[in-house]
Amino acid sequence: MPRSFPIIWIAAFLVVIGVELFIIDNLDPYVVAIIIYAGINIILASSLNLINGFAGQFSMGHAGFMAVGAYSGAVVTMAFRDNYPAIFNEPALQPFVFIAAIFAGGLCSAAAGVIVGLPTLRLRGDYLAVVTLGFGEIIRVILLNLESVGGARGLTNIPGITSFFWVYGFVLICLFVITRLVDSPLGRSFLSVREDEIAAEAVGVNTTRSKVTAFALGAFFAGMAGALFAHYLRVLSPAIFDIQKSFEIIIMVVLGGMGSISGSVVAAVFLTIIREALRPLQQITGTDYRMVIYSLVLIVLMLTRPRGLFGTKEITDYLPERWKARFGVRRVSPKES
Amino acid sequence: MVEFFQHIVNGLSLGSTYALIALGYTMVFGVLQLINFAHGDVFMLGAFIGMYTAYALALHTSPSLAALMITLLAAMAGCAIIGFLIERFAYRPLRNAPRINVLITAVGVSLFLEFSGQIIFGADPKFFPQVYQPQGDWMIAGVRLNPLQVINFTISVTLMLVLQFVVFKTRLGRALRAVSFNHELASLMGIPTNRIISLTFVLGSILAGAAGVLVALSYPKIDPLMGIMPGIKAFAAAVLGGIGNITGAVIGSFILGLAEQLIVAYGAPTYRDALAFVILILILLVKPAGIMGVHRAEKV
Amino acid sequence: MVTAKKFLFALLAAFALTLSGCKKAPGGDQSADAPIRVGEVGSLTGLEATFGTSTHQGIELAVKKINAEGGINGRKVDLITLDNQGKADEAATATTRLVTQDGVVAILGEVASSRSLAMAPIAQSYKVPMISPSSTNPAVTQQGDHIFRVCFIDPFQGEVMAKFALNGLKIERVAIMTDVKNDYSIGLVEFFRKNFVEGGGKIVMEQSYSNGDTDFKAQLTSIASHNPEAIFVPGYYGDVALIARQAREVGIKAPLLGGDGWDSPKLLEIGGASLNGSYFSSHYSPQDTSPRIQGFIKEFKDAYGLVPDGLAATGHDAMLVLADAMKRAKSLTPSDIRDAIAATKDFPGVTGNITIDENRNARKPAVVLKIEDQKLVYETTINP
Repeated sequence: MPRSFPIIWIAAFLVVIGVELFIIDNLDPYVVAIIIYAGINIILASSLNLINGFAGQFSMGHAGFMAVGAYSGAVVTMAFRDNYPAIFNEPALQPFVFIAAIFAGGLCSAAAGVIVGLPTLRLRGDYLAVVTLGFGEIIRVILLNLESVGGARGLTNIPGITSFFWVYGFVLICLFVITRLVDSPLGRSFLSVREDEIAAEAVGVNTTRSKVTAFALGAFFAGMAGALFAHYLRVLSPAIFDIQKSFEIIIMVVLGGMGSISGSVVAAVFLTIIREALRPLQQITGTDYRMVIYSLVLIVLMLTRPRGLFGTKEITDYLPERWKARFGVRRVSPKES
Repeated sequence: MVEFFQHIVNGLSLGSTYALIALGYTMVFGVLQLINFAHGDVFMLGAFIGMYTAYALALHTSPSLAALMITLLAAMAGCAIIGFLIERFAYRPLRNAPRINVLITAVGVSLFLEFSGQIIFGADPKFFPQVYQPQGDWMIAGVRLNPLQVINFTISVTLMLVLQFVVFKTRLGRALRAVSFNHELASLMGIPTNRIISLTFVLGSILAGAAGVLVALSYPKIDPLMGIMPGIKAFAAAVLGGIGNITGAVIGSFILGLAEQLIVAYGAPTYRDALAFVILILILLVKPAGIMGVHRAEKV
Repeated sequence: MVTAKKFLFALLAAFALTLSGCKKAPGGDQSADAPIRVGEVGSLTGLEATFGTSTHQGIELAVKKINAEGGINGRKVDLITLDNQGKADEAATATTRLVTQDGVVAILGEVASSRSLAMAPIAQSYKVPMISPSSTNPAVTQQGDHIFRVCFIDPFQGEVMAKFALNGLKIERVAIMTDVKNDYSIGLVEFFRKNFVEGGGKIVMEQSYSNGDTDFKAQLTSIASHNPEAIFVPGYYGDVALIARQAREVGIKAPLLGGDGWDSPKLLEIGGASLNGSYFSSHYSPQDTSPRIQGFIKEFKDAYGLVPDGLAATGHDAMLVLADAMKRAKSLTPSDIRDAIAATKDFPGVTGNITIDENRNARKPAVVLKIEDQKLVYETTINP
């Protein structure tokens, strides 16, 4: 780990504050909405990448984790608003309530991640994929049956607190934790599980712990993203978190490259923008071809560039040599086979 | 008590619709170790091909067993071509790629079929023409039996026996089992691996096409997204029975069908869609190889 | 490496493209003969695409008609339709886009209450009026004074069918089947149950299903053993048609009762003879001989080749109410249009005479239709 690390993160944080204070109000609200969704998608994609890309497990239930976080986060703020209006309406205290809500969302989701992770460790590859997909569906069916959070009618009147600052503040936290993690011994153990589980076990890696940690952390950040999402959209319904949502996040991870954090970031931003950028096409043709294009891109990508755009490399790997030192690039990317 | 037996009969008939889909799933998985997510969508296409054939030939105006056969054949032929194309252009190039990549491609193919289906057929539900309308129910000790239920049940069990015969008693079946065991070794033995895989895939798609018509005949509302849920549930049923195992797929489907009927009748109907997955997770924890499966150690 | 670079350029280009849509004031071009922009958000693809498509066709037909008759005070209406794939978050983004990018003066949408609820706070915050054609959850219009609807709400429709069952059909024993995936169905059941039990009726059995299921025999077998005189199934037509078929298959002879979610020619096509003798409440009767209804049906058939369903009719009315308000409004700014919509009184729509009440809900009669010999027959009209 380079000694220069904090500078770039602190600089990024200052940029976020600067944008929030001086730029965001001058932008078109539609553009702001896209930027915010892009941020939420960055968290979702990079957290799924932790599970799918780094630990080599294939989870298809990320929307389920997101749902757990979204609902529990929303319930926390709404409980505060209804039971302790004095605290909630105090501008100095509200951010703390909000942070608590987001962490509550993350923690509930992490708990769900452990619950799914522990028993399914015996499974590999395809089975795990289907079990996690099933888990996502189970969450959705449970939410549909929970009258206390509105059931099919959904949860409405969630306070709209999420702003650019909150989203990108948490984006930075998420990216910071994940980048630090993959360079840590624990993160290396993820990679070893991905590359060869049996060999990893043989050299003394606790594969069980690695896998559960990956699941829990990935779920934690997905839950945070869900809570941010809930406080931006202001309504939740179980239908939002369907299989298709999970697929969308997977597409981001795959497009960016499984095992590349910057790849996930770039892909999340790109796919969020392209969704909206393709709208004019829809107005010209009168038909919505977006999902058809999406799925074709996914197939063609797998056929022509199966490792995604970045493979396991990071964006910093493409920098000129003399810059690398300055940005503290140190990762030795596993060689592309 | 009569009501309970009625639920059992209904459960078996629902199970046979899952079985029709699960058989194709399990064939493809057995050979390719690939969860073909697009299988449910090929099933959907089978129903639509059947519908267009029936309208084009005006088969619904004179419902008969012959009309049903023509519809079935058309759907099976159409799905065979579609299955061949999917395998040739989406899966074959990835033969030596990591399994995850193939899985993602399968998801892509599935989404592609669903969304282009919505554009081509329209998103609204369509009525599946009644090409065969058996009249009159049979009453056995107060339990009502619908002829279509009996037909579906018979066909799914017959197909199971036929496939079982093909896989274990024919040269093709032997080649198929060899490929399933080890692609590379099989091709060293002179087995045309690609052709066998292609053939299995086409066979699986034919089964899906037949399932599409038969299910649509019993539940005559078809739409481009109709394959998603039955597809996933049939997969769960196949895993329950021991994926790759033909008898297991059918038994797993009957168990799932019965469990769904009973939970709706006596338990919590709204948890029905979660049930398949709960069973799936439980079986994978208790007996990962499934009811009929033999545990094979993960290859190093 | 090269691909990654190219990709980054493409990304930047896409970014620039999105940002280039500069800030426009709501209301758009106000010059004297520029078209008036009206936005529509609907589910044109996805699981509920069929409802979005019907509604869109109704709206589109209304726009064509308005423009053919000379537009609004000489200005044409320009309809901008955005798809939300049946997702609440997409619906919210689409609404923001319509207001800030396209500068629409009013928004039509959505069918489903869950998506209308995601759109309403946004329309409200920009003070752009929004008319939902068919979201029946009472909470939708409670989101703010710019949110309207042209359909009746759950409490009224539930009451209509309860009263009709008690007084019109004179039955006392009813079983209920709720679609738990569908807030509309849950709402109707709640108010039907309340009114029916208060009126002296008895609910003998309650069952539920999820929209999109195809097998209902377990629920129906259980219902059959309780021998109800009718089954209340306020779901969507695709499911209801299969429920009706399977009800006959398990030997239930009792008629089915339902709400406006039934209203589609597809119901009769898929359900066939099994629906004969059933009743449902809806917005209008296709048998009504008044020229405005027959005219609408004919125009719709000419344009799309099929009989309009209930959602097409409410979509059509939402646009007509908006056009009428725009003609009456002092100016074509969103706030003046809002005031004009709120003042709508006895507007002769396809689905009856529409009056917008103080809660911004439509007050209009419901009709009860009977299915006889696979055709819809007018039974009675129930006024609020």
